[in-house]
Amino acid sequence: MILYFQKELECEPPDQRRERQSERLRQTVRRAYERVPLYRRKLSSAGLNPDDIRGIEDITKLPFTVKDDFRAEYPFGLFAEPLDNVIRLHASSGTTGKPTVVGYTRADIDLWADCCARLLACGGGTAKDVLQVAYGYGLFTGGLGLHYGGERLGATVIPMSGGNTKKQLMLMQDFGTTLLACTPSYALQIAEVAHEEGMDLRLLKLKAGFFGAEPWTEEMRRQIEMRLGLKALDIYGLSEVIGPGVAGECLEQAGLHVFEDHFYPEIIDPKTCRPVPDGTYGELVLTCLTRETIPLLRYRTRDITKMDSAPCPCGRTFRRIARLSGRTDDMLIIRGVNVFPSQIESVLMRIEHVEPNYLIVVDRTGVMADLEIKVEVNERLFSDEIRKLESLRSRIAADVYSVLGLHAKITLVEPRTLERAAGKVQRVVFVDRKA
Amino acid sequence: MKVRQISLFMENRAGRLAEVARILGQGGINIRALSLADTSDFGILRLIVNDVDRALSLLRSTGHTVSVTEVIAVEVSDKPGGLAEVLGVLEKAELNVEYMYAFVEKATDKAVLVFRFEDTDRALEVFWKAGVSVLDPATVYSL
Repeated sequence: MILYFQKELECEPPDQRRERQSERLRQTVRRAYERVPLYRRKLSSAGLNPDDIRGIEDITKLPFTVKDDFRAEYPFGLFAEPLDNVIRLHASSGTTGKPTVVGYTRADIDLWADCCARLLACGGGTAKDVLQVAYGYGLFTGGLGLHYGGERLGATVIPMSGGNTKKQLMLMQDFGTTLLACTPSYALQIAEVAHEEGMDLRLLKLKAGFFGAEPWTEEMRRQIEMRLGLKALDIYGLSEVIGPGVAGECLEQAGLHVFEDHFYPEIIDPKTCRPVPDGTYGELVLTCLTRETIPLLRYRTRDITKMDSAPCPCGRTFRRIARLSGRTDDMLIIRGVNVFPSQIESVLMRIEHVEPNYLIVVDRTGVMADLEIKVEVNERLFSDEIRKLESLRSRIAADVYSVLGLHAKITLVEPRTLERAAGKVQRVVFVDRKA
Repeated sequence: MKVRQISLFMENRAGRLAEVARILGQGGINIRALSLADTSDFGILRLIVNDVDRALSLLRSTGHTVSVTEVIAVEVSDKPGGLAEVLGVLEKAELNVEYMYAFVEKATDKAVLVFRFEDTDRALEVFWKAGVSVLDPATVYSL
């Protein structure tokens, strides 16, 4: 039996949805124009006024919003509502400078809970389930987003937050957790610790996991499913838009349904900014059709994916985006070769027993950039003989070369020497010449 | 007659060996024998200790990658030619040694050779037939 949270909306006929989207876009553009000075300026300089937007097909006329707009308008410049009406603030980690701030009215929180409840229902979740939320709680949207979604669905929510893995395992066992929400790398860390503790996660009641907030691969999915004994589902969201709950996989595991009655997706060529046809990779652009606090127009996510409009056997009529294959700004250029960290991860995950605990080091101190990949040696990879470890190392180097055409230095490191957090994992570091 | 040796993955960085020694020392583990094989980036520390299981759990709980390897310990006279004699036996039987290390016993005039073979059972048989004195694991842990 296929489960839905809002069946009428999730399975709405496409024509009817288009009308809904058109109506919502008109309202959102008007609110943005009237209430957010930045959007008034952007629309005016594009020679537009809200009446020019008559339907969803006019969306391509609108100017884009970019991450820098959030920085320039820090903290509340993009808000269309006074703080009196804003009941929650979240912020994304600002690795450089100020964080990106987002606000939620009561209606926004409500909408967010609905969307996260949809995600969970997509994975077969119901009010009977026990959901362990191991995303971080706090300014990061992951924890609270899934938390509210679980409650909205009527599931029993364990607000565990990230970290404290042994306790996670204990509660998972004692409380009979059936749904797990965390980052994919943390899911594997849970598996690692369970292994050390001599615990077989496949014997527990886990049935589905909702993994997002960082890029991962099909190989990693297979490993998670095998070791945790659950169906691993990819979820997508970003705080600028709302947090988790923008898109998620159903049990078909064939792309992420975008909840496009609220978040309208487009795929563009990042260079020309023109839309690309279905099936062609490009940058995902999202417009919030119903958000009160920030009526975000055509936000350039910098995430790379492709669109699939084919009907899904699950009955949801939401179009699907492919697993995110990287970010436009994650792309590394090493000796003239374009490299996405996800490509390196795929190579590593094809090697038996390698876990996706790796760090890419780009050394730019020389004339040409050098690529080094640090791979953690776990107990199943470890051999007591030097030559076996050396041959593992050459095999990884050869595989990387065959995929990227680049020679990488492979360094085997001790487990947990690479930074691993409950939130996002830093996969790439740069070493630069000292100024 | 197989001795359980602990093998530990170690990055080639300052202080790593000291850390392991500290963990074992504080845990009351006595190291009976030790050997370190290294490359430019990493090394493998091989240890024979008085309490294998306790040492393993101490090292695992502090996040180290460890494994248990079966080795054979034999006793030879601590005099010139002692090692050559045993290696001669292995040569004749065409047995390949993966690695080995040796130490001298405190209380006696004997030396102990620790061997790692691909085929441990066959090696035991060869030693047995040649009359080489293979040490009982309990003896080795308490040397």
